Amino acid sequence: MTNASSAPAGTPVLVPLAYRVVARRHETADVTTLRLSPVADAVAPGRPGQFNMLSAFGVGEAAISLSAAPDATGEVQHTIRDVGPVSHALCTSAPGDLVGVRGPFGTDWGVDDLGYGDTVVVAGGIGLAPLAGAIDVLAERRRYGGGRVFVAVGARNPDQVMLRAELGRWLAAGVRVRVTVDAAPAGFTGGVGLVTQLLPGLGFDPARTTALVCGPEVMIRFSVRALVDLGVPPGAVRVSLERNMQCGTALCGHCQLGPLLLCRDGPVVTWNDELATLLTENER
Amino acid sequence: MIQTLPELIAAHPLFAGLPGDVAELVAGCARTVAFGPGRLIFSEGERAETLYLLRRGRVALEVRRPGKAPLMVETLSAGALLGWSWLLPPYRWHLDARALGTVLAVAIDADCLRAKADKDPEFGYRLLQRMSAVIVDRLQATRFRLLDLYGAVAP
Repeated sequence: MTNASSAPAGTPVLVPLAYRVVARRHETADVTTLRLSPVADAVAPGRPGQFNMLSAFGVGEAAISLSAAPDATGEVQHTIRDVGPVSHALCTSAPGDLVGVRGPFGTDWGVDDLGYGDTVVVAGGIGLAPLAGAIDVLAERRRYGGGRVFVAVGARNPDQVMLRAELGRWLAAGVRVRVTVDAAPAGFTGGVGLVTQLLPGLGFDPARTTALVCGPEVMIRFSVRALVDLGVPPGAVRVSLERNMQCGTALCGHCQLGPLLLCRDGPVVTWNDELATLLTENER
Repeated sequence: MIQTLPELIAAHPLFAGLPGDVAELVAGCARTVAFGPGRLIFSEGERAETLYLLRRGRVALEVRRPGKAPLMVETLSAGALLGWSWLLPPYRWHLDARALGTVLAVAIDADCLRAKADKDPEFGYRLLQRMSAVIVDRLQATRFRLLDLYGAVAP
């Protein structure tokens, strides 16, 4: 995993840069993917797992993970769930609209040192979005003899399965993709059950596996427990955590989790006992 | 390679790691079965007479809903145990089970298995331990799904 890295020196990390919406895709009833192109100056290319602060002008700012690996276009892609005023304004923005972007912030999945052993990706709900860029990189590596990649996706119901185009592309690249939902009408061809129930049947070698986990924190806890029970070393599990990111530069303290400021020390962190304790403590 | 019934039983997670004579004992109650795509394996309310060890394919557990298509509440894959209603009275299935493709399984006669468990308490205890582990796993998974983890904003 690569350590925290804010934007390079000289980049105005506290001032958003203007980006234009160039494409919009509805993933589910409340999730939208935006492609954003810089109007003039661009933020530094982010690494999968990092996030940008996106501004809906006149409404506010929210931390949103990158949902695609950087490419030569300089565009950035974000997949956003409509849960509040800012995310609603972003989700309803149309091609041609302007949004603000500053970043990238935080730690990433560290895909540079992955892809030789097995990689297991466990995603729940919107948690697939921050993982998508990493899977893109690993799937591409897989095409050229890289290590095996297994993706387990959990969703509420079949209509809530997002990034379907990406899921198909990863399958075509040789990634083993399994989707499970909490309940489904008869005829659904995926699985029905908890995402952790997919893990024993995936066929990875636990001793040489690195796991990437993102989703609701309760799901993260259960998933890590299931992975460790199968024999994956806790230190080989990386999780993405989210708190109230506001400044993105470890100044305001809103995103503190115990000793961590997650906008700087996260969102991607390696699993350890202290983290396990932090995620099981009730809020005080 | 053709496997014998005791080999198939010993290879299934429900019985894996138990002494070899356990698989031999269970094989006396077992046969191999196959179900075509869409075939109803058992139906809610019917007498539960069989324990299935899934070897290949997937099975959907469904709940019937008046006036609507059935709802799938769980899918089971190779290596899973299908059916535990045979374990306790009144021995009635609570759900429908439907093959989602071609399904291969070992079918174990429940009356025969219970009789062997009653006769050999050590075997019965081991069987119950293994069954309990499966039931607890599914109970926990069901509890977690009740949280609606992916859909709801945390209260």
